[in-house]
Amino acid sequence: MSIFLNENSKVIVQGMTGSEGRKHTQRMLASGTAIVGGVNPKKAGQSVDFDGASVPVFGGVAEAMKETGADVSVIFVPPAGAKAAVIEAVDAQIGLAVVITEGIPVHDSTSFWAHAQGGATRIIGPNCPGLISPGRSNAGIIPANITKQGRIGLVSKSGTLTYQMMYELRDIGFSTCVGIGGDPVIGTTHIDCLQAFQDDPETEAIVMIGEIGGDAEERAADFVAANVTKPVVGYVAGFTAPEGKTMGHAGAIVSGSAGTAQAKKEALEAAGVRVGKTPSETARLMREIVGA
Amino acid sequence: MDLFEYQARDLLASHGVPVLPGGVAETPDQAEAIAREIGTRVVVKAQVKTGGRGKAGGVKLADDADEARARAQDILGLDIKGHVTHRVMVAQASDIAEEYYFSYLLDRANRTFLAMASVEGGMEIEQLAVERPEALARIPVDATVGVDAAKAAEIVDAAGFAPEVRDQVIAIAVQLWEVFSQEDATLVEVNPLAKAPDGTVLALDAKVTLDENARFRHPGHEALEDTAAADPLEAAAKEKDLNYVKLEGEVGIIGNGAGLVMSTLDVVAYAGEEFGGVKPANFLDIGGGASAEVMANGLHIILSDPAVKSVFVNVFGGITACDAVANGIVHALQLLGDEATKPLVVRLDGNNVEEGRRILADAAHPLVTLVDTMDGAARRAAELAA
Repeated sequence: MSIFLNENSKVIVQGMTGSEGRKHTQRMLASGTAIVGGVNPKKAGQSVDFDGASVPVFGGVAEAMKETGADVSVIFVPPAGAKAAVIEAVDAQIGLAVVITEGIPVHDSTSFWAHAQGGATRIIGPNCPGLISPGRSNAGIIPANITKQGRIGLVSKSGTLTYQMMYELRDIGFSTCVGIGGDPVIGTTHIDCLQAFQDDPETEAIVMIGEIGGDAEERAADFVAANVTKPVVGYVAGFTAPEGKTMGHAGAIVSGSAGTAQAKKEALEAAGVRVGKTPSETARLMREIVGA
Repeated sequence: MDLFEYQARDLLASHGVPVLPGGVAETPDQAEAIAREIGTRVVVKAQVKTGGRGKAGGVKLADDADEARARAQDILGLDIKGHVTHRVMVAQASDIAEEYYFSYLLDRANRTFLAMASVEGGMEIEQLAVERPEALARIPVDATVGVDAAKAAEIVDAAGFAPEVRDQVIAIAVQLWEVFSQEDATLVEVNPLAKAPDGTVLALDAKVTLDENARFRHPGHEALEDTAAADPLEAAAKEKDLNYVKLEGEVGIIGNGAGLVMSTLDVVAYAGEEFGGVKPANFLDIGGGASAEVMANGLHIILSDPAVKSVFVNVFGGITACDAVANGIVHALQLLGDEATKPLVVRLDGNNVEEGRRILADAAHPLVTLVDTMDGAARRAAELAA
């Protein structure tokens, strides 16, 4: 098993005809993802050729789902149109909406998240690399050739640190790697992923990567202490970040004494999570646990 | 982006929130002219983006225009917690009968907006929240619904505002929501919201933070940016569209992806402990592309920082292939020519790493050292900077 995404997932791409959407649709197809359609109201009825694979373009998410049985949408729509795109996906009741777009105003993400409450759609992102269940399906921009299917679950706020950790533990492999994104408001949290990995029989151990800003890691630590019996290894980035400066991700900011890496590390350790000082030390801790 | 008080005041006023007459001055002459215009006792306030202005001597009363000029003379140039005062706000001085607190903010933990209000204003809200939490009403605001008069009444009544100011505060609460939502703010805080002796409620001081991701729909917000106060290297980086933050250290850092760059800073700082406390000199995320031009721009900024003694380029090739990054480094060094004078430690991993390492080895640039692991490269860069 894997979480959120598997070999039966049928994926559509909102914004497939834009340059980023096109590039990454190609990559997703190449890694074996079942891409069944694209969405662009202006290009409905056309199809896009990806090295011989012809992918139809639909006018809307609901129509694409009806015609193809899609249950996942990957969204590359630029910031100005992203809120409407997510709301369309939610209203069509798609199971999973993966929002790759970076730079969405936080009023928009707070609004589409509120809109999705009580609905059928899990939102991952925004400002995230998406998720991959290696060897099965890849929804987003995570490179598919770093690692293989295996028994570690990974959840991370950061894209490149996700890749780094996948690479460090590439010989062991992963059930699913989820990049939840570095924005202040995101759809799927560390806690949601920890719960799903805890329930997934294929996942034996979990790596959790956090960074400065907010208190998601502290709340995840409480959740681990109360609900997770599988071993969890943690890493937190941003010990040297100064107060009041946004470090690349919109949500990565230490405000006063809130959101520091030190506080997150301490909270995780108090919950029994072993926290590595560097990505490589974190990988070593995981190797000790899974005996590889 | 945090606004100065005078900018926040103007923004509030543009949405109808009652404020006192006043203006902003960069010279004592301008301060005098504004005070003369106002014609009453005024308060002269340092415009700096930090708290504790009053204690630092940055807020003074003046009885007339001449005194306003003298007080502006005192305050302009004043260093308040590392922030030099370049402007003062001159506003009508108000007698205050009561002080209240009102704010809207993004509540990250609950992924919603939050209204906070108290009839005990004036003090730092963090202090109030700790010492008298029962005196601070906290009401979630649904992003899809917002604040209308009924919601405003709920907030105002939860905070226990007295009947004689209730209607005024409700009206202000609706106007402040307009500022918060229509301007894409993540914080709108009025402290104090004050009742004057005649019973009028006014916003006397305000803090506003605007969401830079929403810049595309607020062309006017660009003018609010304080380009003068920015670090010169940060300003130069911004012009080149680089995601750069200046820090106090000796090892210049270039990496791809915000998380990996933050992690690189940490790993360099740990390694630096062995070498007399060497630290990272900056945060620089060159993102996914890492073209020769971006690499050259990034190296140019970092090499023009006199504090930098070595540079650590840490790239994990995910989407980007390492051979493209290696070519970027080689071409960047060609573009920079004699300007490149400091040693570069490069660590490449991931997509097409063998080819990337081969390109750097073939180029054999005297300044470049290739190290296989992130920890090892950090150690080498720290050693070179010690």
